[in-house]
Amino acid sequence: MLRRRLNRLFGGDEGRVHSRTIYVGHKSCPPNEAYIPPKFCDNRIVSSKYTVWNFLPKNLFEQFRRIANFYFLIIFLVQVIVDTPTSPVTSGLPLFFVITVTAVKQGYEDWLRHKADREVNEYRVSVLEDGRRIRKMSAKIKVGDIVEVEEDETFPCDLILLQSSRDDGTCFVTTASLDGESNHKTHYTVADLESDLQYLSATIECEQPQPDLYKFVGRMHIYRNSQEPDVRSLGPENLLLKGANLKNTQKICGVAVYTGMETKMALNYQGKSQKRSAVEKSINAFLLVYLFILVSKALVCTTLKYVWQSKHDETWYNEKTQKEKETNQYLKMFTDFLSFMVLFNFIIPVSMYVTVEMQKFLGSFFITWDKDFFDPEIQEGALVNTSDLNEELGQVEYIFTDKTGTLTQNNMEFIECCIDGFQYKHGDGSSELDGFCVTDGPVNKIQQKAGREREELFLRALCLCHTVQVKESTKQRQDQIDQIDQIDQIDQVDGLGLDHEFLDPPQKEMGFIASSPDEIALVKGAMRYGFTFLGLESKNMKILNRNKDVETYELLHVLNFDPVRRRMSVMVKSKTGDILLFCKGADSSIFPQVRQEEVERIRMHVERNATEGYRTLCVAYKHLSAQEYARADADLREARLTLQDREEKLMAVYNRVETDMILIGATAVEDQLQDEAAQTMEALQGAGMKIWVLTGDKMETAKSTCYACGLFKKNTELLELTLRTLEDGGRSREERLHDLLLEYHKKAVQDAPPVKLGITRSWSVAGQDYGFIIDGASLSMVLSSSSEPNSRRYKNLFLQICQNCTSVLCCRMAPLQKAQIVKLVKNSKGNPITLSIGDGANDVSMILEAHVGIGIKGKEGRQAVKNSDYAIPKLKHLKKLLLAHGHLYYVRIAHLVQYFFYKNLCFILPQFLYQFFCGYSQQPLYDAAYLTMYNICFTSMPILAYSLLEQHICIEVLLEHSTLYRDIAKNAMLRWKLFLYWTALGIFHGLVFFFGVRFLFSNPALQDNGQVFGNWSYGTIVFTVLVFTVTLKLALDTRHWTWINHFVIWGSLAFYVFFSFFWGGIIWPFLKHQRLYFVFANMLSSVSAWLVIILLILLSLLPEILLVVLRKPRGPHARQKKSSAGDPQSPQSSARPLLTRTFSDESNTVI
Amino acid sequence: MMASSYKDEDGHITVSGSGAAAGGGGGSLRNKKPENTAFKQQRLPAWQPILTAGTVLPAFFIIGLMFIPIGIGLYVTSNNIKEFEVDYTGAEMSSPCFTCSQNFSWNSTKPCTCSVPFHLDQPYESNVFMYYGLSNFYQNHRRYVKSRDDSQLNGNEESLRKPSKECEPYAKQGNKPIAPCGAIANSMFNDSLELIYNDPNGSKVQIPLTATGIAWWTDKHVKFRNPGAENTNLTVAFQGTTRPVNWRRPVFQLDSDPDNNGFINEDFIVWMRTAALPTFRKLYRIIQRRSNVHPTLPCGNYTLEVVYNYPVRSFEGRKRMILSTISWMGGKNPFLGIAYISVGSVCFLLGVLLLIIHHKFGNRNNPAEISH
Repeated sequence: MLRRRLNRLFGGDEGRVHSRTIYVGHKSCPPNEAYIPPKFCDNRIVSSKYTVWNFLPKNLFEQFRRIANFYFLIIFLVQVIVDTPTSPVTSGLPLFFVITVTAVKQGYEDWLRHKADREVNEYRVSVLEDGRRIRKMSAKIKVGDIVEVEEDETFPCDLILLQSSRDDGTCFVTTASLDGESNHKTHYTVADLESDLQYLSATIECEQPQPDLYKFVGRMHIYRNSQEPDVRSLGPENLLLKGANLKNTQKICGVAVYTGMETKMALNYQGKSQKRSAVEKSINAFLLVYLFILVSKALVCTTLKYVWQSKHDETWYNEKTQKEKETNQYLKMFTDFLSFMVLFNFIIPVSMYVTVEMQKFLGSFFITWDKDFFDPEIQEGALVNTSDLNEELGQVEYIFTDKTGTLTQNNMEFIECCIDGFQYKHGDGSSELDGFCVTDGPVNKIQQKAGREREELFLRALCLCHTVQVKESTKQRQDQIDQIDQIDQIDQVDGLGLDHEFLDPPQKEMGFIASSPDEIALVKGAMRYGFTFLGLESKNMKILNRNKDVETYELLHVLNFDPVRRRMSVMVKSKTGDILLFCKGADSSIFPQVRQEEVERIRMHVERNATEGYRTLCVAYKHLSAQEYARADADLREARLTLQDREEKLMAVYNRVETDMILIGATAVEDQLQDEAAQTMEALQGAGMKIWVLTGDKMETAKSTCYACGLFKKNTELLELTLRTLEDGGRSREERLHDLLLEYHKKAVQDAPPVKLGITRSWSVAGQDYGFIIDGASLSMVLSSSSEPNSRRYKNLFLQICQNCTSVLCCRMAPLQKAQIVKLVKNSKGNPITLSIGDGANDVSMILEAHVGIGIKGKEGRQAVKNSDYAIPKLKHLKKLLLAHGHLYYVRIAHLVQYFFYKNLCFILPQFLYQFFCGYSQQPLYDAAYLTMYNICFTSMPILAYSLLEQHICIEVLLEHSTLYRDIAKNAMLRWKLFLYWTALGIFHGLVFFFGVRFLFSNPALQDNGQVFGNWSYGTIVFTVLVFTVTLKLALDTRHWTWINHFVIWGSLAFYVFFSFFWGGIIWPFLKHQRLYFVFANMLSSVSAWLVIILLILLSLLPEILLVVLRKPRGPHARQKKSSAGDPQSPQSSARPLLTRTFSDESNTVI
Repeated sequence: MMASSYKDEDGHITVSGSGAAAGGGGGSLRNKKPENTAFKQQRLPAWQPILTAGTVLPAFFIIGLMFIPIGIGLYVTSNNIKEFEVDYTGAEMSSPCFTCSQNFSWNSTKPCTCSVPFHLDQPYESNVFMYYGLSNFYQNHRRYVKSRDDSQLNGNEESLRKPSKECEPYAKQGNKPIAPCGAIANSMFNDSLELIYNDPNGSKVQIPLTATGIAWWTDKHVKFRNPGAENTNLTVAFQGTTRPVNWRRPVFQLDSDPDNNGFINEDFIVWMRTAALPTFRKLYRIIQRRSNVHPTLPCGNYTLEVVYNYPVRSFEGRKRMILSTISWMGGKNPFLGIAYISVGSVCFLLGVLLLIIHHKFGNRNNPAEISH
């Protein structure tokens, strides 16, 4: 990944040439010019990282870049070089194991990539060369080749569409594998080309490869008989992307423009920056503590060793070797220090990293396996893109949610419209002949209607002003038209208008495809009122009007929607030759562009609709005279041909054209809330999370959604910081901003009751709830105030206000602003954990910015899902994901981390203490096999099983009582206090183990035959106590005993016993020292050893058991009693008393 | 995982981090509907023990009630074990071995002997075990512990000729390999101790000491083997090797009994099992009980005859001779008994205390919690 990024950086020189020239079919054109074959990369896709040759060095290098691996490598090397107490095997073996497992895993993944690459690269494609069709490998395609693709095939590289088998020069593609949008998209051939491509002589000039899938600018020069070349503009509609599929079209020919790693698909493949979880940071902090302990232990021992040696000089029975005598004193000290480091290095467990990784990897499967996340509609469950953040799901403090498609379904329904100030609501359909039902209007005009002409103009506008496509093949469509014709005839016979039921069959079959669902809603709405859009055929839009006549309009230009203009227009030419411009867009963007007289009447409707939670759009039109059109046409064509700054130029033209229009009316489209959106929000707020809605929508709509979701309640006092409030008071915005901020700050922060113990309390205090609303413009003022100190102050004020509000609504946000807000909160005091959830491409930036990014598999394509860490089908799944999965994962991994440090501390402490009894000679207490196996075999499986299966509180309870989530807020289980508790426990256990056995060994004659035990028996007894204690300690902590837990806990202990017998039962020919020969068996033959083992285990676990009792009584009984007695009210109203009640009951179970 | 997008019929790109999630994501897409198994839905039947005061309190009492009797039993047993210690280091002027300890020299050919008188107040009824004890002797020093060649001791001919490097600086003398090599073997305890009973009637009776059965059976019969085939003459087997520097006799002359000679000499094997702590004791001899009528060691005056070969003055060590009887729990050690009694009583007391607390405050708990 890094390499690719670097390449892109260094490739800058090449990038400075802004365009590339492609010779279609490798023909030099014009012929007299010298043809220099340009150098482009071939079409080979390389997604693999390694080759057979560089796998080992490269993989090893990458693995040892990890700080932990590097540390263990150093320890291993020290063991190899310096004469150390433990053999290099003890640390080498685990390291080797870790490295090998990782390497195998990565190798396997890379092999899969190789395989997939090969499959793609060796895929046979047809290439036209000199009029002949040649099959060649996909990898061999060069830029300039003319490639033929057949139906349902995938494009092998980015192609400019030259020829299609369809008559109208279009082809259909699906880009599901690129952006997840499964609808058919239409692409167009370059206009007016020779039918025989063999004789085509042309060059294409286009921009350098860039990753934006929806942008492409190019120019095609066609040379015909050495005339001046024809120039055609090329846009994204001419470009067929690698990875897309050809549909509904028999075959196409295209010229390759971008190949291999320069295709848009390959450029879009990029790794996300690695996100690290809070737990990982805690681990690193603890590691530092342990590293400090380790170094200080080694230092203490080294010092004491030399103090001791000054008194106990070399004894006659234990002379130094020649080498030792010769070594320099200081060097000796240093190597002694290293030796002690090696002896105690097990305190920092290599296996913890492995276990944590495995836990995360395996644990994430439970999310994908969860059937509650399965959505029958899209036939998909949850998706985990990264497993590194599982536990972060249990730590979320701020949720940033998108509105459209996340809180709301993005399922638009046409509710009503307003024509000329008269409101039309769709009735039951039978109430009036034309389907209109005037329910409300300006007071003085009740029961009146706008003129029929205006109505029809409005409906035509709805039918024409969009980019909707009709989804079906030509043949079917033809059938349908026939069918409609038949209906027509019937209607004519009856002499009646249209009845809706009649239109139903075609309506059902007719699917519409559009970039935005409200366009479909509008078209469908128009259809209900009698105007049916039949589709676009070779630049002709067909409409079935109320009289069952097919009207045809020639589509001249589409002025596409963009978020800055917030409107779109079409220019059409009617049969009569009138040129009309229809424009629809947000009220704020339409009102300034229309004649002012109509505005007021419609504004009222628009605003009322907005407060009801509807999406409103205004529709306007304009007659264009022939001259006006000619000018606009020329401008547009010119702008479309430019290679650079095309966007800006187009925008300027659009703005010039879309002026002085006449407002016809407005539409209201309902945006339905997601399933259980309100309940989910309520639960999340109950869990102590603050929910911010970040939307690009306008304030009124967003506000109503907030009310609908229960984010704002009736008694919530809203603090508004929007352009409207800023412009009140007639002073400069800057001043007003200052005053408002101060005022709100006073209200929400200073006057608010002091918050004790953070969120837990503030909930129950029945203070005033505040909601904060800010819009994009005000936000940018807050964030980028003119003077630096002011800006910092504003930012702080803003943050403080927001943090004291229950919910915050940010409307009119640009995608980048969303990310800015997330970043602002993320970096604020206390570094709260943030979560972003969204479904559209506009949410990607905030999804990437937040600690945890959640994508919703909604209707707005796959961009969000692709960039998210977790993807879920519906908003309601967020509740379980956070409250149950997040909570459990956090508790599991926190316990895992604490336990790992604990078990290694009490493993190494006796070894440290033993130094005081062996003359600081680095004599290990345990045998090398035990040192190595302790973390790998004897104690690793139980904790892994625990960290995968533990449910200290069962999932139902977690979901029911969202307040439980607060118990683990702010990394509660990895705070220093708890860390100290575990450390103290580890030290206590270590002391008990060592000194218990030490006192036993004051008389080493422990067998009933008077024979004595030596140092290895000593170590083995300590080790046995150790293994049993740490395993049983975990057993005590386990609250959820499945058969797996039983199996691994008792299995590990049994394995330890079995292994010890086995290891001590044989004289191992490869061992230099038979230290443990029959030590374990002899130990078990001693009654005293048995007794001391039992005693020490019990003594170690006693404080644990004691703590259990000292805690207040609790348990499922209390829980059951309470919840069965719980009032059968609605969840909303019962939420508050439930919280206070159950919190105390449940909180105890956590610990 | 760019490539995965090609494989996926559904056309969903599985973008996975470089990390471990690759499999996780991909897997879920292939078999779409998650299986409804107890394991995958995290609904495995589980036993959910809740440790409450109600369940734990009885445990305290049970532990208390079990440990106290065991402790008392252990304590009584330990107290019944008779043990007698004689320090014969000879560091003090008054000690009979003072001369020997002062005049010690590695080169002296004439062994120095001394006799230490002592008095047993009570008769020793059962088998009596005779230990020698050393203090301030770091048998657990790392350099010392590893200074041995287990393969040589196991009778390996090659290791006999070429001792392991670990034995340095006691691996070779001149060109000859040392057998047994290493610091442990070299420093083998070589005082010989004799016990003489001064019968009240004036006669001195030498107590018969058994030198076998003092080492672990597995050590004697498996771990330690003499080189060469069975029944070969040990002198021949050890030919070409030399005795350790501090030894007075070569290894094949440790004992006249061929089953207790060479590497399988039990005194040697016992010494080779390095002690855990710098003050230790090792089994030296066993005094078997001869008859049911007479005690093994009647009370009275004894003399410990020492052939003083082992210097400890240089490292301020002490040498002791210990006579001890043995019970089922081994030698005398009051620690276990005391520990069991104290842990048992603490448990019991805690149990009582907690019961009171629980009883008194348990009922008031629930209202108190709500304010919490």
